[in-house]
Amino acid sequence: MKNKINLIILLIFLIFCFTIFYKGLDNPNIYTPKTNIQRNLPIFKAKDFITNTNIDSAKVFAKDSYYIVNIWASWCIPCRKEHPLLMELNKNQSIKLVGLNYRDNLNNAMKFINEYGNPYTQILIDKDGTLAIEFGAYGVPETFLIDKNKKIIKKFVGPINKKILEEIKLIVK
Amino acid sequence: MKVLKIFLIVFLLFGYSQLKSDEKNYELKNKILKNIRCLICQGQSVYDSESDFASSIKLIVNKKIKEGMSEDEVYKFLREKYGDWVIYDPELNKNTYILWLLPLLLFVAGGAIIKKILIFKK
Repeated sequence: MKNKINLIILLIFLIFCFTIFYKGLDNPNIYTPKTNIQRNLPIFKAKDFITNTNIDSAKVFAKDSYYIVNIWASWCIPCRKEHPLLMELNKNQSIKLVGLNYRDNLNNAMKFINEYGNPYTQILIDKDGTLAIEFGAYGVPETFLIDKNKKIIKKFVGPINKKILEEIKLIVK
Repeated sequence: MKVLKIFLIVFLLFGYSQLKSDEKNYELKNKILKNIRCLICQGQSVYDSESDFASSIKLIVNKKIKEGMSEDEVYKFLREKYGDWVIYDPELNKNTYILWLLPLLLFVAGGAIIKKILIFKK
């Protein structure tokens, strides 16, 4: 009888271990960042790309509106691909676009904007990439959606596409 | 002359304490960086990586230490941005109970089995 109980306990334990490891097999071993997030906007000071003056984050996100923070650079090829979609998003009245120029040469960045157009209401300079870290970014391009309560509610890693564009439009509607 | 001597002593003491504090911060920074995972690299810590992501993290950790943040506060800051995965040494919370307790459970169960076998053999 005692042996039977021991055997059952051992069996339950083995099944428990098996389930844990089996479930672990389903998880990808490549890190996949969460896209649905609820995080407060970071508080920061940055330089404005056009005027080269210091500006507070509170001033950048002062309006009662949805905001998009798009991290971009002139050397980033996928950024060129997503740029026309940002230009389209700029036409949406209920959303303001803030650009974060990431580890870039300012002359090249200006050439990029002149060539492809400026979809942003404001562009901030992130010379050493620390501002992008404050947002929780991995690199370029990356896009954050900020709601009216000044919370980051979505993060899109990589270039935005038509599907993401529609998703953003649906949220801000 | 006396004033000059006193000034020199104060100056040297101040310089020494500043040097000591810089050394302490440098050690703390390296300790933290070795415990942060480079999220865009394969199996490298931020300390070992030269990627853009890692160099930005190095700068921000340095900045936070200079601002007076403790080791735990820096980890908390990074965890808020990137989740538990960014730290090599995960803290005990509801998501990591199994991770921490399973080896202990296996150890206890193994010990119990060995004890049982030994008693049975006697």
